[in-house]
Amino acid sequence: MKMMKGRFFPILVPVFSVILGLIIGAIIMLVSGYDPIAAYGALVTGVFGDSYNLGETVRTATPLILSGLAVAFAFRTGLFNIGVEGQVLVGWLASVYVGISLDAPMVIHLPLAILAGALAGAIWGVIPGLLKAKFKVHEVITTIMMNYIALYGTNGIIRAYLLQPGERTKDIKSSASLGSAFLGELTEGSRMHYGLIVAIIVAVIMWFILWKTTTGYELRAVGFNQHASQYAGINVSKNIILAMAISGAFAGVAGTMEGLGTFQYMSINNAFTGVGFDGIAVSLLGANGSIGIIVAAFLFGGLKQGALEMSSAAGVPTELVGIIIALIIFFVACSYLVHWLTNRFTKGGKL
Amino acid sequence: MDFLQILALIIPAAIVSAAPIILTSLGGVLSERSGVVNIGLEGLMMFGAFIGALFTYYGQEWGLGAASPWMSFVAAIVAGAIFAIPHAIASISLKADQVVSGVALNFLAAGLSVFLTKKIFDAGQTPDIQERINKGDIPFLSKIPLLGDWLFSSAYVTSFVAVALAVIVWFVIYKTPFGLRIRSVGEHPMAAETMGINVIKTRYISVILGGAFAGLGGAIYVATISGNFSASTISGQGFMALAAMIFGKWHPLGAMGAALFFGLAQSLSITGEQIPYLKEIPNAILLVLPYVLTILALTGFVGRADAPKASGKPYEKGKR
Repeated sequence: MKMMKGRFFPILVPVFSVILGLIIGAIIMLVSGYDPIAAYGALVTGVFGDSYNLGETVRTATPLILSGLAVAFAFRTGLFNIGVEGQVLVGWLASVYVGISLDAPMVIHLPLAILAGALAGAIWGVIPGLLKAKFKVHEVITTIMMNYIALYGTNGIIRAYLLQPGERTKDIKSSASLGSAFLGELTEGSRMHYGLIVAIIVAVIMWFILWKTTTGYELRAVGFNQHASQYAGINVSKNIILAMAISGAFAGVAGTMEGLGTFQYMSINNAFTGVGFDGIAVSLLGANGSIGIIVAAFLFGGLKQGALEMSSAAGVPTELVGIIIALIIFFVACSYLVHWLTNRFTKGGKL
Repeated sequence: MDFLQILALIIPAAIVSAAPIILTSLGGVLSERSGVVNIGLEGLMMFGAFIGALFTYYGQEWGLGAASPWMSFVAAIVAGAIFAIPHAIASISLKADQVVSGVALNFLAAGLSVFLTKKIFDAGQTPDIQERINKGDIPFLSKIPLLGDWLFSSAYVTSFVAVALAVIVWFVIYKTPFGLRIRSVGEHPMAAETMGINVIKTRYISVILGGAFAGLGGAIYVATISGNFSASTISGQGFMALAAMIFGKWHPLGAMGAALFFGLAQSLSITGEQIPYLKEIPNAILLVLPYVLTILALTGFVGRADAPKASGKPYEKGKR
């Protein structure tokens, strides 16, 4: 048990949470008269059944990796970026704008479009960062407000300047597209695109910045203890602003996955995409680490993709997956409970 | 169209869209005053809206007639209170991150309410309810020149309920021993505990009461504005209530004022097309206005807003 607590504890909480979430999901299905075994069977088929489903799962997971990284990067500096959703939207719009309006060979156009998305997201993230650093305004509230400003703002810009029939923008030029006929053929026509490579590169970048650079050390120090960092001569304000900028940039890149990969355009959104909010779940479950986030993104991406099959084959509404994800977040957040339980066992009942 | 006519058009619409936000923001005030951050207002409101639509529908089926929406309000109050319990347990007893727990509550509400809607009605939304809260003139008061037209003619009773509850919450928080306990637990739980106040119990009561208010807010939204429940019925009103609470500086009457103001901005974005001058302003600017103002308020340009000192921090006995 001691070893379990020492080495495996970081993995124990997420695994425990996922299992508990799935069990309660099964109980909810039983109570409401569905067959949980058939449903989970269909869910697995919906992920691994054929190459189309696999391709779509990868496509769903790709932006989740990036939004998860965005949330995690801010977390590491002690900031809670709920604004990933809004940063995704502005990143999406910026990348599509560059994708539509520029003419360039792919080697220039594609990176430029992705960078435009990253820049837009970074700007959207810097505003709450500045307000936090200069005016001590809590970032949770400002980022929520920035989400709505992004939602209505991007809709307004599309309506005013980029509108095409069908409440959407034009398609981006193929030189800015992440889409690939090869991957599409390989996966029987799924919308899988090369974005996964971008997402993995960003995951490596995050790991490198946080663990291999002085800046990363400072960012993490601020996350652990602002006052101690200040005392040690670290510029806390600068690091808060920087963390929000990088976090926002990651989120912006998540938006480009939708704009340059999945859809190749941007439509007027009546509601949020959910990519940013799911990023919170991903980063929590992935314990804010690059590898954990990739695993968690594939888990949630798989759940969301498999839910479609679960709905058509077993008749269970797709929202069940939303419930399971909510439960998983609850259990991860309540890791105190797991700590408490393991302490009880290891200390022979004494606390 | 002259100015008075414009006011007669905007003000009633503002009050109608403000009522659900007022109630939900009061829920936020109760919870946060006791030191528990509640990002889950949106989810609580959504679940209240679902229960509101569900019970109004069944009220009609059971032959309750015009009483059905009122029964649905009671159901939504109870449901909101129950639905706040997971957040209370997680953030008070299990010392979870309160923001994370609130986010989880929003996910849970979005999933559960639509799941149940599909399960019960086999469709993405509930049937339109027949028995809605009707507009009516308030006797005597509607005869007052101007004010009568603006405030008391063809008004919803629920709007007055919301305003009355704001006054009641203000009275409870600032004028009763119970309110003093809530505030002290939110400002300095250690000191409160020393004075013999049960911090844990007070916080539980406040969070659950807050859930009840948000649930009522959601049900009133269904009964007066949307008329049914679907996944997109509550999209941001809960967060707007959160903004109103902050804009109102965690004060019940302040929150009400802010909610009325946000209601005005919302109603302008809807009725704006009928009004000269405002036609020129793009809709997006009016939609964005409440959120921009909230950020400015927090930044201190519109008077500084400070949260209760202990909000967001789990209480641990003996920890300094």
